[in-house]
This record gives sequence, structure tokens and C-alpha cells, in this order.
Amino acid sequence: MAQVLVVTSGKGGVGKTTTTAALGAALAQQGQTVVVIDFDVGLRNLDLVMGAERRVVFDLVNVIQGVAKLPQALIRDKRLDTLWLLPASQTRDKDALTSNGVARVIAELKQKFDWVICDSPAGIERGATLAMRHADAAVIVTNPEVSSVRDSDRIIGLLDAKTEKAEKGGRVDKHLLITRYDPLRASKGEMLNIDDVLDILSVPLIGVVPESEEVLRASNVGSPVTLCNPSSAAARAYGEAARRLKGENLPVTIPSDKKRLFTRLFGRRAA
Amino acid sequence: MRFRGRSYIAFVLTPEAPIFDWLADLDAWIARSAGFFVGKPVVLDVAGLSLSKDAIAHLIAELQTREIRIMGIEGADLLDLGPELPPLLRGGRAANGPLETPALRQETIAARAAQEPGSLLLETPVRSGQSIVFPAGDVTVLGSVSSGAEIIAGGSIHVYGTLRGRALAGSTGNPRARIFCNKVEAELLAIDGYYRTAEDMEPSLRSRPIQAWLQGDVMLIAPLN
Repeated sequence: MAQVLVVTSGKGGVGKTTTTAALGAALAQQGQTVVVIDFDVGLRNLDLVMGAERRVVFDLVNVIQGVAKLPQALIRDKRLDTLWLLPASQTRDKDALTSNGVARVIAELKQKFDWVICDSPAGIERGATLAMRHADAAVIVTNPEVSSVRDSDRIIGLLDAKTEKAEKGGRVDKHLLITRYDPLRASKGEMLNIDDVLDILSVPLIGVVPESEEVLRASNVGSPVTLCNPSSAAARAYGEAARRLKGENLPVTIPSDKKRLFTRLFGRRAA
Repeated sequence: MRFRGRSYIAFVLTPEAPIFDWLADLDAWIARSAGFFVGKPVVLDVAGLSLSKDAIAHLIAELQTREIRIMGIEGADLLDLGPELPPLLRGGRAANGPLETPALRQETIAARAAQEPGSLLLETPVRSGQSIVFPAGDVTVLGSVSSGAEIIAGGSIHVYGTLRGRALAGSTGNPRARIFCNKVEAELLAIDGYYRTAEDMEPSLRSRPIQAWLQGDVMLIAPLN
């Protein structure tokens, strides 16, 4: 049975698109068939992060309006043959999405894939509500700072009210992914620490992705970080998050302060 | 010993025959302004209805189920209403101008939890942007109330988690309402229209269990332990 997963946050710039690409690639690496859908009509980016921007012919809006068939719009990843992309349109806006059209596309994708991952736009308007509408599960991407946490809280409320599952009396499974975490700044109190965020949001944690140059580099070369540099801390955090999404029970690795680790190691050697 | 007289303004309800239809109209009105009569002094004017003692008792019981408590009866033909019924009032004068009735409230957000008369229990956290409006009585939240969320209750508010949003108790004009929470980081506390923002609160109370209540027109906040 296919799982529909929405990657959402409320606030912009916290790493939804990066996360969608990284989790999609990680699940595909683990043998699942995955399609990632860009719901950010008008401001599409997932194609860039996936490195498929030069191969876009048809998009989500074309499929919804019946201009193209779904298989014509799907783009297969060059590195992983079980990973597919359904891009957004850059020239239209979110009003081009209809709720019937989105429902039809998701239903069709559910027939073909193990995972349908929807990359939500920022905000709580039409694009974001349509992206979460059919979700079975949600990954809430949060940065450890107050504005991002409050916006995530708002989104969690909407997931409990505005999704198809919630309206039928069910519950969308919610997972919290903290990105851009800097253990040094958190220990100095310049950033919220993990416990504070968990206390405010009270949603189970699926992973903590450290602030890392690898993530930026991966975006710039158009490759999900889990493919571009699988040994990096960020890629490992995404890989573990993907395994947890599949139901594996792993403890969450909290990035620690490297400097302190080094001094401890040196301290031991000196003694 | 000295006895003093004092006059108050009370709402006067004037039922019209047929009583059954009048009650239906009242129900429709209450549905739009739930909890409006809770805790308010109400007098029943039965002049011109020539109701028997039993009929008056029945009418008062009907009103009681709608949370309207009758403090006195006016215009009854019977001189002795007996000890079970509220006392007969005489010499009432009309108050200046009509009493303030609430304008049609905006649609209150349907509370998801099961509603019981007089209290609302929420087992899930109240998230940012959610507004829980419950004029009919107390609201109890087992989880936390997030920053940017609000609880508006006709009665008291109890939060067993952290209160980070806004809590407005006694919203239907009840100065006896209180706010209790296990950990206060509220943006705003209000009781019967008197309010305090986070900035006016004693910093030493932050993150502690507190209660807030009204003394005259001053809101007091004190730790619970």
C-alpha cells in the first residue's frame, strides 16, 4: 500500500525541498519506488535540487488540466531508477491547482509507487493545504528557532483539521525533523535546543540534521545530499530518518559538539 | 443591626403565549449567543399570562435546563408563591435604555472534543492559530496551549501543560472566573475583560504553576506552590 507523505513547515527557507529530495533519494536507495511532487507552483525548486531542470517538459499543472498524461510528466532520476520527479509549473500560480485534479493525480501515483512525497510550498494557503490534503503521514521540517517552531505548530494544527484523513476522523502520522541544528550554538543558548523544540511541538522526532556545508553544496550541484555525499553527517541523518519512516525502530542520533569530542579524545591520549 | 436596601439591574424575561413557541424562539437565540445568561440575574415577568403555580414551576424548570436561573418573579396574580418558587418582586422600574445583548458572535470554531454541559475537555494540545471559544463554561486542556493559540471561555480555564498562548476567562461577564495553568509562559491573560500581557507579568512567575483571578478590577497572579 502506497504511503503519501507531505514535507511541510509553514515557514519558508527551513529546508523542505532539500529534505524532500534527500528523503526521496534515501528511500529509493533502500529499494523503494518513490515519486517526489513539487507543489510549489510558480516558485518551483525541486527540479533544481534533484538536478532535473533541463529535462522538464510537462508539469503537474499540465497533468491536472489534462494537457499531458501523467507518464509524460514524470521524470526518472539518472542516478536511481526507482526515483521519479513530478515537477511544478513555474509560469502558473497556485490557483491552477484544483482539488479534484490533485486527488486524481495522487490516486494514480499511489497505484505505481511505494512512496508519494509531496513537497509543500511555504505558507498555509491553497498550495500548502492541497499538498497536505491526501497525506497519510507528514514530515514537519523545523529549524531550532522560535519563529520556525511556532509556524510548525500552526501547520500541525492544520494537519489535524484540514486533511482528508483528519476529516474522516483519522490521524495523520506526524514526524518532526529538525534541520540546520548547530550543537555549539545550541549549547551557548543562541539556538533552541532539541528538548525545547520537542516540548513545544510534542511530535515524535524522526531526525536531527546538522547545519552543514555539504547540504548547500549538494543543492548547488543538483544532487540530493544522500546521493552526493552519503558519508556526511547530514546524509546519515536523512538515511536514518528514511528508515524510521519505513517503521524501523532506531534511536535518533543527536549531533554533538565536535570540538568538545576532540578535546576529550586528546585529553585521553595525553593521559 | 442595620438593614440596607440596594437596587440592581436584572434581565427581565417576558414569556408570551403560547409558551412552547416562545421557548423555541429562546432556544434559537441561545444557540447564537451560547452562555449569555450564565451567572446573570434574571427576573421572570409572567404578567398577563395568568399561569398557575405549577405552570410557573414548570416554566422555571424549563429555563433552568437552559442555564437560566430565575431570581425573582414579577406580575404573578398569586400572592403567595410558596417556598419552592423564587420570591415575588414589586416596584421594578425599567433601566435606562435596552440592556446590552451580544451582537451575533462570529461562528465559534467547532470544538473537536466531546461537549458536556458547562465544561469542555480538550485532550490534544491547542496549536498556534487555533481558537477555542466556549462561552457556556469552563475549558480544561490536558496538553499545552501554543504561542499564537487562544482559549476563550465563559467560565474558568485550566491548562495542565504549558500555557504559551492567550487565555481569556469569564468572557461572558463573569468576574469570578479564574485561570489555572501548570506552567505559565502566556502571551496574555484576561478575566472578564481585564487583562495582563506577558510584559506586565512578574518575571519571577515565568514557567511556574500559577492561578490568576480578579480582585475588584485588579488581576492578581500568584504561584500555586
